Amino acid sequence: MNIQVTVNGKVQEREVDPRRLLVHFLRDDLGLTGTKIGCDTSQCGACVVKMDGKTVKSCTCLAVQADGSEVTTIEGIAADGELDPVQQAFWDNHGLQCGFCTAGMIITVDELLRKNPNPSESEVREGLKGNICRCTGYQNIVKATLAAAEAKRS
Amino acid sequence: MTTRILGSGIRRREDPRLITGGATYTDDVQLPGMLYAAILRSPHAHAKINSIDTTAANSSPGVVAVFTGSDTNGVLSPIPCAWIPPDSDVKAVAHPAIATDVVRYQGDAVAVIVAEDRYQAEDALELIDVDYSPLPAVVSPEAAMQPGAPQLHEDAPNNQAFHWVAEGGDVDAAFAAADVIVKDTILQQRLIPNAMEPRSAVANWTSSMGELTLWSTSQNPHICRFLASLVTGVAEHKIRVIATEVGGGFGSKIPVYADEMITSFCSMQLGRPVKWTATRSEGYQSTTHGRDHIQYVEMAATSDGKITGVRSVVYAGMGAYLSTAGPGVPTILHGLMYSGTYDIGATRADIYGVFNNATPVDAYRGAGRPEATFLVERLVDLLAVELGIDPVDLRRKNLIPKFEDGHDVVCGLTYDSGDYEMILDKVLEHVDYKALREEQAAAREHGSYMGIGVCTYAEICGLGPSQVAGAVGFGGGLWESAIVRFHPTGKVNVYSGISPHGQGEETTFAQIISDELGVDVDDVSIVHGDTSNTPMGWGTYGSRNTAVGGAAMVLAARKVKEKARLLAAHLLEAAEADVEYADGSFFVKGSPDQSKSIQEMATMANVAWNLPEGMEPGLEASAFYDPPNFVYPFGAHVAVVDVDKDNGHIVLRRYVAGDDCGPQINPMIVEGQIHGGVVQGAGQALWEEAIYDDNGQLLTGSMTDYALPKAHMLPEIEIVSTVTPSPHNPLGVKGIGETGTIASTVTIYNAVIDALRPLGITRIDMPLTPEKVWQAIRQEQGS
Repeated sequence: MNIQVTVNGKVQEREVDPRRLLVHFLRDDLGLTGTKIGCDTSQCGACVVKMDGKTVKSCTCLAVQADGSEVTTIEGIAADGELDPVQQAFWDNHGLQCGFCTAGMIITVDELLRKNPNPSESEVREGLKGNICRCTGYQNIVKATLAAAEAKRS
Repeated sequence: MTTRILGSGIRRREDPRLITGGATYTDDVQLPGMLYAAILRSPHAHAKINSIDTTAANSSPGVVAVFTGSDTNGVLSPIPCAWIPPDSDVKAVAHPAIATDVVRYQGDAVAVIVAEDRYQAEDALELIDVDYSPLPAVVSPEAAMQPGAPQLHEDAPNNQAFHWVAEGGDVDAAFAAADVIVKDTILQQRLIPNAMEPRSAVANWTSSMGELTLWSTSQNPHICRFLASLVTGVAEHKIRVIATEVGGGFGSKIPVYADEMITSFCSMQLGRPVKWTATRSEGYQSTTHGRDHIQYVEMAATSDGKITGVRSVVYAGMGAYLSTAGPGVPTILHGLMYSGTYDIGATRADIYGVFNNATPVDAYRGAGRPEATFLVERLVDLLAVELGIDPVDLRRKNLIPKFEDGHDVVCGLTYDSGDYEMILDKVLEHVDYKALREEQAAAREHGSYMGIGVCTYAEICGLGPSQVAGAVGFGGGLWESAIVRFHPTGKVNVYSGISPHGQGEETTFAQIISDELGVDVDDVSIVHGDTSNTPMGWGTYGSRNTAVGGAAMVLAARKVKEKARLLAAHLLEAAEADVEYADGSFFVKGSPDQSKSIQEMATMANVAWNLPEGMEPGLEASAFYDPPNFVYPFGAHVAVVDVDKDNGHIVLRRYVAGDDCGPQINPMIVEGQIHGGVVQGAGQALWEEAIYDDNGQLLTGSMTDYALPKAHMLPEIEIVSTVTPSPHNPLGVKGIGETGTIASTVTIYNAVIDALRPLGITRIDMPLTPEKVWQAIRQEQGS
């Protein structure tokens, strides 16, 4: 099938198999390998991207479902070479170790803060339920999220 | 005065590429003409292979080749086990890369498809027709040793992979003379390490050069190259292993696996690059598991609470084959650690390594030491209850007193340095232990089950002296090396055989070099993870990066500094003995205005216009560091839990980690290691378990079924620390990567059992799920 997807602001038109997963379209067809595959069962959230402003797990979404939509991946989060406040907060607060869950975490946190610009710590922890990190114990991810919230508010 | 870079919690230099999607992990590698491999795995835990028909798969769209064991047999040598503890009759049974006659665990490789893309390879897997005759399977390591149990290997009667005993002191005499003996049966359940990055390999064979390049998710690329040369037959110097970006390992990326060798075989057969990447469920079956002990343990003591002996009989599941370091884990890294932080006169570990029809077991964060700390600290708590002594008082009574330069424990190890009471005091003060006990007493009056868990630990890491490695059957050395190279502009590259994969040593190592050479930290870059541009090194595990790898680079830096000093003396026209170093500059004693910076010396050494007689051009040095001893970090942890007696639900309310890893190069990174380790250990105590049914089917076969800790299940981890330098390495550092799992599982477990103490409950098998806790409460209430 022919699909047209705007990825990180750029229109991409491709022939894809109807069964092709969005994550493989992004990684293998477009070379945007920042989005990761951690589990194949929608548990870990490493593959989270934004589609038309909402987070989706791209390992559980077909590329054809993205036809006509706007997709943002981790490569498209920073604007004009400036880190997004969430990226910056992850860096400043040691919110990552091996980095494999990080793309999905950052995009999830970005949406979390859009929905709730002033979350409590427990709201942040609840909001991260769909994302698994095995390195950090989440502590500095939570800290980074709260710091990003503050940075975005000011 | 500026802040010293050593000891500063500076941000990690790794992060910019990781937070922007710019890093290249193995599965991100794309090569022209690359093919994709998919491995067919046995659905049976134990079965005879009668026949394999690949005809339909071969003609499936996009399929380039199908290989079975009959193709790899004789081309790929068996996958080796590289840790054979001596005097233990180890049965290192041959582990073929692809099974030909019998499969011995669910996940054993049976065939491989190579196709033009991933989807085509996966499609064709379903077209391979394997005719199996299922055989009886056995999963419990204790059951596997009983008469009549299904046998995995002809060469290993009763499925015994080895029997290893370590005894110090007269254990039987200690127990015969004991006033009191407490016993426990401990299930150290099987765990799945779950690095977030699934294993992956990209192999690229260039036949014209006879060279194999292998991108591999490895914690130790040089060991991977070493063993890959044995398996593939390609000479070691013709193999390049690249593992520059690896998404966590926790021990599961130490082993050299069949899959990476199969991928290499495919590339060598087809002359094209081949990629294989595990799905998560595939990884659950084929990536090594951890723990899997059944332990019968006892502690002897006097009536006033002096511990006099510890002994065990342990059945340690090895899985169907011996993984690379598998046998070393329940033996050397476990059985020598029964003294913990205590002065105990006699300890004996009696360990059976057992083949069972399950995924092979190897190191998992802590590797043997959590299993040792758990049993010692459980027994101490049981003894405290038996004697009616507060568990803290009992611990304090038995702690080894402060020592700064060596303390011999009864099994033969010499701990390097320790002040166990100091960290215990600090943690207890931080939590206000007395107030917690008062709160608990009040809660009990109201029928609420609040529990306080305490643990002290000392652990062995910073692996280790190579002579000892040889003596304990480790098939390699455990030294590290480094090259420190100044470039003409005064910038520095450091090349290390250590292979960090999330721990942040690009940053900490740069801090070490910056401090040692007096150059700006941004003028230093660390190169690691690629065998083509790094010196031999044994890799990252056993919390050895900084204590061993960091020490090697300090020694290399000091050589560089001395050469630069001699050059400075020459250019300052001063006597060598009169030139001193401070903060990156050399100056003439008594004339601080006459000075040269080390970076100027780098330029002058590289251009070599004016060198002293006999000095070689360039400014670089390599050093090899073989540690004289292991390092022994230690600490005390406290957990506070609330158990809901109506539904068995546990709330981990507080967790305090008190750790002493010596001087901290980067406290921010140290804390991050503690957070992650504590949470993994909490996972074992409360949620995680690899469950097989009686037929050897892995029931927790995906992240849907295997319960990993998530953010909402955890409290903030509170951290306190003390600093007791190791006397024997140049930085005084100890390890911190594994202390979390070593301490936290038993700390939390002790807290839960403490909460249930009014009911008389003394044990529940881990993980402490609400259902099991509820059942235990009901049983006690009903009895």
